[in-house]
Amino acid sequence: MRIPFYKLFAGLIAVLSFQSATAEEVVVYSARNEQLIKPLFDAYTKETGVTVKFITDKEGPLMARLKAEGSNTPADMLMTVDAGNLWQAAEEGLLKAVNSKTLAANIPAHLRDPDSEWFGLSVRARTLVYNKERVKPGEFSTYEDLDNPKWKGRLCLRTSKKVYNQSLVAMMIYEHGEGKTEDIVEGWVKNLAAPPFPDDTKAMEAVAAGQCDVTLVNTYYFGRLMEKSPNLPLAIFWPNQNLKSKDAGVHVNISGAGITRHAKNPAGAIKLLEWLSSEKAQNLYADVNLEYPVNAKVKPDMTVSAWGSFRQNLINVKEAGRLQAKAVKLMDRVGYK
Amino acid sequence: MPETTLLAAKTPASGVFAFSRPTSWQVIAIMISLLVVIPVVVIFSAWGKSEADILSHMAEFVLPELLSNTFWLLLGVGLGVTFLGVSLAWLTAMCDFPGRSFFSWALLLPLAIPAYVLAFVVIGLLDFTGPLQTALREVFGPLKLPQIRSRGGVILVMSLALYPYVYLIARNAFMTQGRAALEAAQSLGVNRWQGFVRVALPMARPWIAAGVMLALMETLADFGTVAIFNYDTFTTAIYKAWFSLFSLSAASQLASILIVFVLVLVLAEQHSRSNMKYGTVGRSASHRRIVLSRKHGWLASFYTAVVFSIAFLIPMVQLLIWAFNAGATDLDARYWAFVRHSLWLSGLGAFIVTLLALLLGYAGRQQPGHSMLLIQRIATIGYAIPGAVLAVGIFIPVAWLDNQLIDWLKPHGWQGTALLKGTLLVMLLAYAVRFLAVGFGSVDAGLQRITRSIDEAARVMGSHTWSLLSRIHLPMLRASLFTAAALSFVDIMKEMPITLMTRPFGWDTLAVRVFEMTSEGEWERAALPSVAIVLAGLLPVIFLASRGDKQ
Repeated sequence: MRIPFYKLFAGLIAVLSFQSATAEEVVVYSARNEQLIKPLFDAYTKETGVTVKFITDKEGPLMARLKAEGSNTPADMLMTVDAGNLWQAAEEGLLKAVNSKTLAANIPAHLRDPDSEWFGLSVRARTLVYNKERVKPGEFSTYEDLDNPKWKGRLCLRTSKKVYNQSLVAMMIYEHGEGKTEDIVEGWVKNLAAPPFPDDTKAMEAVAAGQCDVTLVNTYYFGRLMEKSPNLPLAIFWPNQNLKSKDAGVHVNISGAGITRHAKNPAGAIKLLEWLSSEKAQNLYADVNLEYPVNAKVKPDMTVSAWGSFRQNLINVKEAGRLQAKAVKLMDRVGYK
Repeated sequence: MPETTLLAAKTPASGVFAFSRPTSWQVIAIMISLLVVIPVVVIFSAWGKSEADILSHMAEFVLPELLSNTFWLLLGVGLGVTFLGVSLAWLTAMCDFPGRSFFSWALLLPLAIPAYVLAFVVIGLLDFTGPLQTALREVFGPLKLPQIRSRGGVILVMSLALYPYVYLIARNAFMTQGRAALEAAQSLGVNRWQGFVRVALPMARPWIAAGVMLALMETLADFGTVAIFNYDTFTTAIYKAWFSLFSLSAASQLASILIVFVLVLVLAEQHSRSNMKYGTVGRSASHRRIVLSRKHGWLASFYTAVVFSIAFLIPMVQLLIWAFNAGATDLDARYWAFVRHSLWLSGLGAFIVTLLALLLGYAGRQQPGHSMLLIQRIATIGYAIPGAVLAVGIFIPVAWLDNQLIDWLKPHGWQGTALLKGTLLVMLLAYAVRFLAVGFGSVDAGLQRITRSIDEAARVMGSHTWSLLSRIHLPMLRASLFTAAALSFVDIMKEMPITLMTRPFGWDTLAVRVFEMTSEGEWERAALPSVAIVLAGLLPVIFLASRGDKQ
């Protein structure tokens, strides 16, 4: 028993030491899907010769992993698909601040951490999608207005367990305070035509089928669905555009990344991050999933541009993380499942 | 004299904790259970941090409904899998009807379809926006139909996805228990139905219970299926605490409550039949099937065909359509690597699970007693722990050990970040932690069927433990071992959270592909890897079915 195990151990060490002796590489822990990031990493390797190794998983397990590995983590970068989890990673001390003029220039201030521990790489706008045959766009104004009793039995929502809805409600708490937000969300729940759906696409299909008239979705789900079934009677409405308030605008979230505290190749990882925010990478990064580039110099994909332009909510997206737990509890209290 | 069917005899008495020197079998059993105990201790250690704020919020607003949801789900799935599994097993094992030989193995196929995939397909077909309701609306105008996304819907889907555990194990029991007892009962004037209820069912009880217990443990650990139905269970609260409220420790505290609950449940079930012993009666009796009347025969065909269609055929056709649509873009050379990785991991994993299950079961046979029963139950608790929580529970001690080793090696010029983590060894052991219950359930059931008088006879003739195992028990256990291996093979194939957390760089599997697609809601693109999982899962299922019938 003892000898084979010893041999196994020795063999393991040999294999691993060999691995660690190869050319420059950056290691990424990613909650963004393989099919969305691999094309970028491949392009980066082609351009620079630097290998990008990555592992995908959900944010929660990836952060637990970073924490358990401590200073011996192989990861240089953590990538997520929302700001809340990046905020939490920074909160737990898993990331480190990066001082980069390139990143500051490429990424608008509200889409990155004020302490420079994480950076948005694409914008995900959460907006209203409605049934063209049943509602006129003039009937809509804001997210908040969906609590109006005139929408009773006409609203469909995705489950509150998805972080996109949690971020939206968190941002509303930032703007209106908990009391008023609770009233609004309670109004939404009262207006529901069907129990909350497991994903945005299902909610849009319900709107198209006439089970309800309007729902809240991330635009890329709309893009994907319309690509597949162009004849669905669905259209986008950009809410919260006509208000005087400085906080007005469409709720946006980010997919983004930060450099890990114990990165083995921090310089290489920062270079990769800067490259991802650059003009040449931004189109590839955002277009592959019909998202919006963060870099203002880059135009979105044609399909995406066709949905029209809108004013973003300019509150820093870190508030989505900071207020997420409050938002979740609030939604529990009003019975938004 | 034929052996008695239900031999009421006390198991050899021994204290719950006998403080005598442990025997080597006890040491083996304890070593195996340590694999599970370590992550469980990690999960329990979360109580060191106070999460009163989250727990009191949960207790006030979340838990009351979730507990009632969980209760009804367990009850519904428990009854559902028992009814489906036992009735189908009885029909295919003991009766003859048109299509029996096809259905006897085809009814195992739903095993290969992950429950959350079945859920997605069923909702897609039956919800308001699905083709059925759309067609009905076109014909009859607005309708008020029962909602599929409901308690009844989730119970139906989980029962259809999980009944094969009961079916497989119960069928083995019916096939091997022979007809002698049944015929004896009939000669005493018992009719066919009474014979089933009063003789065959009680004789098969430990096997049925083992299958139902597996289904219930999987139900408790499930997150994917209930999430698609948006039906909140206790597991939902665990993931809510972790992913939404950012508290892994609150999640672990809730998970530890679940672990205690499951332990109580399995021990209670075991206690309820602790006074009974089960043996085989008249194995040599010819295996003649009950010939059903023409009408009953076709009814049986219809029933099995309906179950097979809903649980396998219809979802499979839907998956194939989706896979075909997405295949053009997604199917590339990398797929061979995904398939290869999946087969390797499932094959090796199934081997390890079966081996450990055999050792654990055998230890119980050699050293029976209350403490051994407790050790066995603890060793198999991993199946009821929500996957991602268990994955972290496994990863933390491995990373800790790695950090200790690296600190120790660094002064000797070692440069690197990993020794154990990210190796297949850890991954396979993690699978064993998760799926030992699956292997143990069938091995233990098989062992119980071998009467002790065989052991005694062999001992009298001078056989030692190991030769007893290799020459007498292993051949008799063959069917159970194949069952254990096949079940764990298919389960590992479908497994997601542990695979995601412990896989080495580049070791993406088919299940990882399913995760990549579903995590951004691209369900139709998930069909391709799902179909591949089903096809690969078919191999052991077909193998198993052909084996089973040769007996």
